[in-house]
Amino acid sequence: MFDYDFMQNAFMAAAIVAVVSGVVGYFLVLRGQTFAGHALSHIGFTGATGAVLIGMSPLWGLVGMTVLGGVGMGLLGEQLQKRDVAIGVVLSVALGFGLLFLHFFTAFATQATALLFGNVLGVDAPTLWTLLGLGAACLAGLAVIARPLLFASLQPELAEARGVSLRLISVAFLALAALAVAECAEIVGVLLVFTLMVGPAAAAQRLTSRVGQGVALSVLLAWAEAWGGVALAYVTDWPTSFWITALSGSVYLLSGLPALLRDRWNHSP
Amino acid sequence: MTAIGFDDVTLTLGGRDILRGVDLAIPQNAFIGVLGPNGAGKTTMMRAILGLIRPSSGHIRVLGEPATRGHAAVGYMPQTRGLVSTAGLSAWDFVASAALGHRWGLPILSATARRDVERVLDLVGASSLARRKLGALSGGERQRLLLAQSLLGTPRLLLLDEPLISLDPRYQQAMVELVRGLQRKLGLTVLFSAHELNPLLAALDQVLYLGLGHAALGTVDEVITGPVLSRLYGSDIEVVHLRGRIFVMSGDHPVERHDPNQCRSHAESHAESHTRHV
Repeated sequence: MFDYDFMQNAFMAAAIVAVVSGVVGYFLVLRGQTFAGHALSHIGFTGATGAVLIGMSPLWGLVGMTVLGGVGMGLLGEQLQKRDVAIGVVLSVALGFGLLFLHFFTAFATQATALLFGNVLGVDAPTLWTLLGLGAACLAGLAVIARPLLFASLQPELAEARGVSLRLISVAFLALAALAVAECAEIVGVLLVFTLMVGPAAAAQRLTSRVGQGVALSVLLAWAEAWGGVALAYVTDWPTSFWITALSGSVYLLSGLPALLRDRWNHSP
Repeated sequence: MTAIGFDDVTLTLGGRDILRGVDLAIPQNAFIGVLGPNGAGKTTMMRAILGLIRPSSGHIRVLGEPATRGHAAVGYMPQTRGLVSTAGLSAWDFVASAALGHRWGLPILSATARRDVERVLDLVGASSLARRKLGALSGGERQRLLLAQSLLGTPRLLLLDEPLISLDPRYQQAMVELVRGLQRKLGLTVLFSAHELNPLLAALDQVLYLGLGHAALGTVDEVITGPVLSRLYGSDIEVVHLRGRIFVMSGDHPVERHDPNQCRSHAESHAESHTRHV
């Protein structure tokens, strides 16, 4: 299956996106902002369909809108982040607008499916380079803010007293998360970004209590799930995104086993 | 030099004056109990000393300098919040996140910073907790980790916001003794806010009592008196000494209420210890 260009591209795109999602997802889960991440992807859908409507590349529409949405959420800060209802309303409105834009551009039904559920097998070489560039920018940004981000996530009041600007960190992180979401949507679609952004990170946090190991494990799991999904799709001819979600869900379920077994062991006489 | 100096300070929060024209000179190397009814401004005052809130008038000086955020010699222990998403992290990583955590870059600690984390864990007697998960620790153990974080670096002033909240009386006593021991050993000035005076009595050098925008600083005998507290509460207060304990009474009722969360936390900690022993 490595003889085909589109398969090589798919594996490389999946690897790039898995690394970015694994790292960013770890902090997203740690900060309890997974729902915000989900909302970002829906806002991105509006951007992508809007971009198609005015004749632009959907990927840049996706990136532009998610980053804008991320910065907006970060600026609203506490007012919005803890309000699931507000986020829920915004994300459904965003999805609704996306639908409207599609309605005006009916020829793109396949494009709609690709946006919603991903199309990793359709990644061409230029897109691959774009993914690599965006991914590198995202990780570089995260490397700069990682230390105060971790501090602010675990001990916000103390971090603030030590001189960390919680708002700056929040805005910067959500902007980076938005980049990761946009990348992720390219592989698994806007509806399924959870599967690479949240599933591996949440499983990693169940399996290790160390931050460094957690990030590494989150990346490894995301990478394995993404490649596993592409390979299984090639063998079965079922959609890649289905396989990635199936693997991600299974890994998350299995990650609960060690703790469960430990409890059993401790409770048995 | 005073540890903290308030010069005609007014603190306003949400349009309400929390402190009004307060002058204070808090001495160095002392254990100060910060008391007062709920909403009297204990947390607000600490946030002002940290430079997080600017006085609407007057000046605050901390260790000889104007109060600013990120003062290296000021340690802070905020009130505990619930741990939701962080419950799976190790105690070590939690404490270590605060070691020079305000600097940009990757969260990789230098050998010096790692030794500092070890030092503060040792100071609060939490070295054995380092590898445990936060979610598996008791309330008292978690409080010790927060205290450890406040000791990172070289603090000379500690601001501890309600370290006794949601602790059993036994753990309350242990916490007070731990802080008193550290205060003496490291030559610190400690501001220790609490709902109740009695758990602090044995450790206190001075009391800082807040109420109705006023503040009274002095020894227990100077401050915990009917006339002083009547002014801070705005009603007739009687102080009753009974077998080494002090009760502040308004009419027939003690005015110091237990923290309303405490009953629930008692039940929780019992439930926790129960499951652990099964």
